Amino acid sequence: MSWQTFAAVVVVFAPLIGAIIGGAVNLFTPLNDAFTKLATADDGAHGHDDHDDHHGHASIPANRAKLDKLAMIVTTGLVVMAALCAASLFFAQFFAASSGVADTQSVLIARWIDVGAMQANWAIRIDTMSIVMMFVVTSVSSLVHIYSWGYMSHDMGRARFFTYLSLFTFMMLMLITADNFLQLFFGWEGVGLASYLLIGFWYHKPSANAASIKAFVTNRVGDVGFALGIMTVFLVFGTVEFAPVFEAIKTNATVTPFAFGEAGHAQDVVISVLGVTAPAMEIIGVLLFIGAMGKSAQLLLHVWLPDAMEGPTPVSALIHAATMVTAGVVLVVLCSPIYEFTTYASAMITFIGAATAIFAATVALMQNDIKRVIAYSTCSQLGYMFFAAGVGAYDAAMFHLFTHAFFKAMLFLTAGAVIHGLADEQDMRKMGGLRAKMPIAWLMMLIGTLAITGVGIPGTHIGFAGFFSKDAILEEAFLSGGMYAQFAFWAGIVAALLTSFYSWRLMIMTFHGKTRANKHDFDHAHDAPLVMGMPLYLLAGGAVLAGVVFYSAFIGDLTKVNKDFWGSSIYKAEIAETSHDGEDGHAPVTEHVVAANSHGEENHGDDHAEASGHAAADADHGDGHHGIHPPTWVLWAPFCAWMSGLVLAIIFYGFVPHIPRSMGERSGPMHAFLSNKWYFDEIYDFVFVKGSKALGDFFWKIIDMKIIDGLGPNGISNLTKASAGGLSRLHTGYLYHYAFIILIAAVVFGAVALSGQSGAN
Amino acid sequence: MDLTLGHFLALSAALFTIGVFGIFVNRKNIIVILMAIELILLSVNINLAAFSVFNGTITGQVFAMLVLTVAAAEAAVGLAILVVYFRNRGQIAVDDVNMMRG
Amino acid sequence: MQLIAFYILSTVVLISAISVIASRNPVHSVLWLILSFFTAAGLLVLIGAEFLAMLLIVVYVGAVAVLFLFVVMMLDVDFAEMRKGFADYFVVGGLVALALLAEIGVVAASANSVEGRNFDPSPGADTNAEALSNVLYTDYLLLFQMAGIVLLVAMIGAIVLTLRHRPDVKRQKVEEQTARRREEAVELIKVNPGQGINVHPEQD
Repeated sequence: MSWQTFAAVVVVFAPLIGAIIGGAVNLFTPLNDAFTKLATADDGAHGHDDHDDHHGHASIPANRAKLDKLAMIVTTGLVVMAALCAASLFFAQFFAASSGVADTQSVLIARWIDVGAMQANWAIRIDTMSIVMMFVVTSVSSLVHIYSWGYMSHDMGRARFFTYLSLFTFMMLMLITADNFLQLFFGWEGVGLASYLLIGFWYHKPSANAASIKAFVTNRVGDVGFALGIMTVFLVFGTVEFAPVFEAIKTNATVTPFAFGEAGHAQDVVISVLGVTAPAMEIIGVLLFIGAMGKSAQLLLHVWLPDAMEGPTPVSALIHAATMVTAGVVLVVLCSPIYEFTTYASAMITFIGAATAIFAATVALMQNDIKRVIAYSTCSQLGYMFFAAGVGAYDAAMFHLFTHAFFKAMLFLTAGAVIHGLADEQDMRKMGGLRAKMPIAWLMMLIGTLAITGVGIPGTHIGFAGFFSKDAILEEAFLSGGMYAQFAFWAGIVAALLTSFYSWRLMIMTFHGKTRANKHDFDHAHDAPLVMGMPLYLLAGGAVLAGVVFYSAFIGDLTKVNKDFWGSSIYKAEIAETSHDGEDGHAPVTEHVVAANSHGEENHGDDHAEASGHAAADADHGDGHHGIHPPTWVLWAPFCAWMSGLVLAIIFYGFVPHIPRSMGERSGPMHAFLSNKWYFDEIYDFVFVKGSKALGDFFWKIIDMKIIDGLGPNGISNLTKASAGGLSRLHTGYLYHYAFIILIAAVVFGAVALSGQSGAN
Repeated sequence: MDLTLGHFLALSAALFTIGVFGIFVNRKNIIVILMAIELILLSVNINLAAFSVFNGTITGQVFAMLVLTVAAAEAAVGLAILVVYFRNRGQIAVDDVNMMRG
Repeated sequence: MQLIAFYILSTVVLISAISVIASRNPVHSVLWLILSFFTAAGLLVLIGAEFLAMLLIVVYVGAVAVLFLFVVMMLDVDFAEMRKGFADYFVVGGLVALALLAEIGVVAASANSVEGRNFDPSPGADTNAEALSNVLYTDYLLLFQMAGIVLLVAMIGAIVLTLRHRPDVKRQKVEEQTARRREEAVELIKVNPGQGINVHPEQD
């Protein structure tokens, strides 16, 4: 096998081995001493202690510490090894030498399902998408593992923690490298499980338990849509493996659904169920996106993400910033062939992505918990990625995912360092003036904020990572025209402004001004140790350089997918082909281009020539135009956004901090609306939680107890008893009563006989 | 109007009804029940005799004779039971005769 | 003439029947019963069935009613006053009785019309008694004998029910008497002349 195959296998399975060994170690440790230290935790703050032994807890016994160290070393070592292999794959692909991957490969690990028409195997798909994601996941995961050495050093359950981290990594890698929908779903559910376990890591806390259940259940809601989508794919295409499905779509082959529809071309085939008729692509697109909504915390199914901050900070960094929440984006981009041929589904993705971006940014303005600000920021940035995918800019979405993973992880880990240094204080209102005490944390946070707000000089290639990716998204959104895309563009601009504002607000409130922390904590505030700092330095390097270095590979030309890098892993309706209907016009697929795409040979320079050749025959929206760039104001708009956000934040929080405080205290309806997260939780609680409880009560007390039991066992037994009791009172013992009854019976019989007789007559 | 069969039938019906009524309306003592039974049998006798005479056959009267016989036998046995009951209970109030109560 | 007699007699019968069950005093009830029997006999005489009428008087009045009287007097019942609750049954019972009456009426009305019948109280003979006797031992022999057996059984039953052994009455146990053997009844004793014997030596 080629070295790529070997590397990919190592990448995927090393964390699994780590998880198994860590789990085995965990079996030797008793359960309940994991929380002896947490029993002394205070005021509901995350009970993680700091090095200063503020809380007088029991320290970890020596033999236990040895076992823990074993688990930690094994898991971290294996994940680092995986990261190195993934890095080798990635850089080989990046440098695009012949050592890169030309086309999608699929490495069969084991047969899984082979039933009738359905075949799904455990296999590793190696193409650029999976290589990119493997790199992201393993690098962030390894850095988080290393970071957790320091962060979880006093936690009794750290062996379990590392096990769960490795398990999560394995599941995410399964998801990424899946070559069929079922394996992807397996990884999908697996990361959901790992998320549940990790959010509820400190499981003695009821809030953590509730949050983990909330996360899992909300994911489940999305998973229903996802499962239905997979079933629809199987229904229409007869297979759940990616390669045949995408092949059929790209070549517009004739497919025959098993039911509910007639045979047709893959791009147009129509399904009708229960009187609803729609193109199969649209249905699949919508259903798969519902799954993505759940996993990636998009607007309606976002409610679990802020509560997921109950988990330890490394968990937030790994899962809820860099990897699990990006699984939705991965799904959508993987299924780019499907989405290229939908209009409504893409519009839905665009709209919801943009709405999420705006929504999360507005809510983040009001948050006081440092982790929640970053969580809503994640939600908002995911919205960006989704609306990028919705307008067809899959490569921009992936690029943003790539850069976002690094700077968001860094932001979270830095926040973790701050929290750690302040003895578990998370409320920003109790921070301030920490710059002198934690200069390294300040520097890291600064770099991360510069990255996320997209600081850079437009028109050049100078800037932090977020600058490249965000601007690429916004430009693509603008270029793609259409109502939803325009809405997305303006939503993106506004969200960029708000992002800048709240990110700098976070910086200023935490590190500048007069401190509002209590004296003891402030005096003891210190920077993180090296084991926690080193991952931060690496991530900072990524945040600064990733944009510059990888821009041309990931995005290159705004108008088409960089075939050198992406190969056939992202399918974009290229020149002379568009998926957006309605306002944008519609141009047919060019067979030539499609054929070239679907076979995915090394198209180093070929499609450039082809592209220019087909420039004439295209539609009127910018996506198909070769060489057209957005107008200059579009390039400068994000710049204005982040600049104004920065200025406003400095004014409000730096110079006149009493204004936002008094605005907050006046507490008008807007303030209440925003700080209560647009009342989503309350609405969901009322409608779904109370609603289903009421429904359950109704079904239990009325239907089950009264109706079913009343008509059934209880009712019949009561009826029997009552009638028996009633009838038994006829036995009075008095002879004349008996005679009376005999007489009555005689009268009745006589009447019956008489009537029968007269009737017969 | 001549005397017809109908007259006797009506009389017999009324007497029968009175006898039946007497069985279960009675609240005083058991002997009245037995007497009411006798009334019933008497009404049946009249009925049989009337039919026999008006139809010109002798069967009815023979049957009436047999009914008479049985009535006498039944009265005897019934009274014997009553006597034994009285011996055991000391009184024959109707309301107390509920030892058959289940 | 016959009609008037019928009405008078039937009125008396009904009144006395009602009085039987409505009397407080059971002795009165019995007497009313006797009256109703007599009057019924009169009715039977009216239509010519005189044998049956006499039979009614002899058997019913002479035996059954007298038996009732005996028992009533023997039992020494208290004159229980009319218990309350009579009214409870009265309504329902009255309704049922009316229903019964109506049914009988219906049946009677639907019977063959009473016109064109051959009125003959003594078919095949001169007198009623002769007519009866013509068939009693011939056509209805079995029934007659069975009636006799019924009477026998009733007699035995009545005796069995009411028999009680008084402790101080001497009676015979025939089975013991006939089962006696010579060995336990007779003892041969040699008696010396001039001397008596002591049958019960232990009583000395």
